[in-house]
Amino acid sequence: MSFEPKNPVVKWVDSRLPIIGMLHHALNDYPTPKNLSYWWTFGSLAGVMLVVQIVTGIVLSMHYTAHVDMAFDSVEHIMRDVNYGWLMRYMHANGASMFFVVVYLHIFRGLYYGSYKAPRELLWWLGLVIFLLMMATAFMGYVLPWGQMSFWGATVITNLFGAIPIVGESIVTWLWGGFSVDNPTLNRFFSLHYLLPFVIVGVVILHIWALHTVGSNNPTGIEIKDKQDSIPFHPYYTVKDLFGLGVFLIIFCAFLFYAPNYLGHPDNYIPANPLVTPAHIVPEWYFLPFYAILRAVPDKLGGVMLMFGAIAVLFALPWLDKSRVRSARYRPIYKQLFWIFLLDCIVLTYVGGKPAEEPFILIGRIATVYYFVHILILLPLVGLYEKHKPLPSSISEAVLDEKPSAKEAGNA
Amino acid sequence: MTTTTPVEEDGVKRRDFLYIATGGIGAVGTAMAIWPFVDQMNPSADVLALSSTEVDLGAIEVGSEITAVWQGKPVFIRHRTADEIKAANSVDLETLPDPQADTDRAVKPEWLIMVGVCTHLGCVPLKESGDFNGWFCPCHGSHYDTSGRIRKGPAPLNLAVPPYSFIDDKTVKIG
Ligand code: HEM
Ligand code: FES
Repeated sequence: MSFEPKNPVVKWVDSRLPIIGMLHHALNDYPTPKNLSYWWTFGSLAGVMLVVQIVTGIVLSMHYTAHVDMAFDSVEHIMRDVNYGWLMRYMHANGASMFFVVVYLHIFRGLYYGSYKAPRELLWWLGLVIFLLMMATAFMGYVLPWGQMSFWGATVITNLFGAIPIVGESIVTWLWGGFSVDNPTLNRFFSLHYLLPFVIVGVVILHIWALHTVGSNNPTGIEIKDKQDSIPFHPYYTVKDLFGLGVFLIIFCAFLFYAPNYLGHPDNYIPANPLVTPAHIVPEWYFLPFYAILRAVPDKLGGVMLMFGAIAVLFALPWLDKSRVRSARYRPIYKQLFWIFLLDCIVLTYVGGKPAEEPFILIGRIATVYYFVHILILLPLVGLYEKHKPLPSSISEAVLDEKPSAKEAGNA
Repeated sequence: MTTTTPVEEDGVKRRDFLYIATGGIGAVGTAMAIWPFVDQMNPSADVLALSSTEVDLGAIEVGSEITAVWQGKPVFIRHRTADEIKAANSVDLETLPDPQADTDRAVKPEWLIMVGVCTHLGCVPLKESGDFNGWFCPCHGSHYDTSGRIRKGPAPLNLAVPPYSFIDDKTVKIG
């Protein structure tokens, strides 16, 4: 570590708790591949969104009441009476969506450039753990306003655990604290919804620690070989990330101020009624692909297992993908499969939002089968048989070889 | 190296026993300390002191249905028509996913009383709809017949029949 502070206060602190040196090391000395594209901005955007959710969430908690008789009204009170309450709530609700947009792009970036391969397996795993925690957090948050979708979403999702043989029913009762989703459920969901984001912060720290141990992947997928290949994170990528943040905030604000309910569901402005299920219940958009997989199977346990399996297989990815080449740039067949897989996930998202009737059931089944075929069969086979394109000998060579025009586009 | 722990013939030392005994007691103690934190999430005493519900049947005409509430759950009370009862009894039980005779599901054939919670993932099914003119759950497409038995779709079981008894001709007590 080349950190030699001049400032006596910094010196005094750092010799007792080397925290400033650590931060300096993380930002200044962290050698970053010099060819990172904007696909590498989504990690820092996810971090920003986590902070946004925590700050707006703490504010909302100051005005929210976690009780079945008051929750709905307290959210309306936030919307109508609390100064800037509408802004806080819309930031939080749309922020959750934006958080998922960013994280999904971040994950697909990893899939395209093979960022999950050795030595980044643990980094990938920690990312998936964050993803799971986010899903739990967002699910429980959505229950808090206690509208119709809140209530029935909570009912359907908690009932998933009822599919577990023998102990299933006891687990569901335990989750509810009663014989149906009710006040005890709402209270514990609020408690956990407040807690989990801070657990996420902890895992994010591990995620970044692992990242700084193995280094960033890059569009070529080859490792940094010498000093020529890297630049310091600060100021180059701090500025690049800030620009990305600016563009992202424009999109966020467009939703926030012009279509704050576009991603939500009107039924959630109807207070929860335990006796009437809305005709068409759908989860929030970010759960739709998994919901489609759940519904594709005409069997309760089977559907639930496949749905959880869809995420579980992602943990095995580093070992299922047999190719040593990381980046899809040099993998002509994998590259095409990647886009088909992305399309498949979009189809699943679409089907998940449609009613459980033909032709959506059939389309959902085909898309579900393909999801698993891609990961469990095609990925290992392609890795074994594909002939990859020649790899550049270094990141520098790859960057300098590109034609000036192509270089502009590629680095933009 | 200590000379105070003599080696037994089979190689087991006094110290090995102490390690295992200490570890074991520690594990049991930890488990006992964790249990209250797990169990506090189970239904509390007031929730468990479940009430029963009495329902007046007088106003329910043949071919109509009301929804009562019991333990926070909807309970369908349907005054079935002769056609519905006939349809429910003319099914080959072998063909059912969860075989059960209609006579085992209704104390009095004209009164079908069951928990209105889909056995798939807990939505409330809609009456008089679906492929079997019974109930249809719109959440993931489960069809129940006029006896509330699952016929088609992802739900594994028939709609549950709660414990109930008729106090007199016009009143039923659920629970
Ligand atoms: C990972 C970060 C988080 C995510 C993804 C998230 C997600 C959500 C979602 C989807 C809702 C429902 C919004 C609606 O439709 O009204 C919600 C509500 C809520 N959240 Fe969060 N949240 C996060 C962090 C937090 C934190 C850290 C707190 C508290 C410190 C918090 C407090 C609340 C409160 C009080 C509500 C109810 C008010 C409302 O519905 O707007 N959230 N959250
Ligand atoms: S909850 Fe009724 S079909 Fe899924």
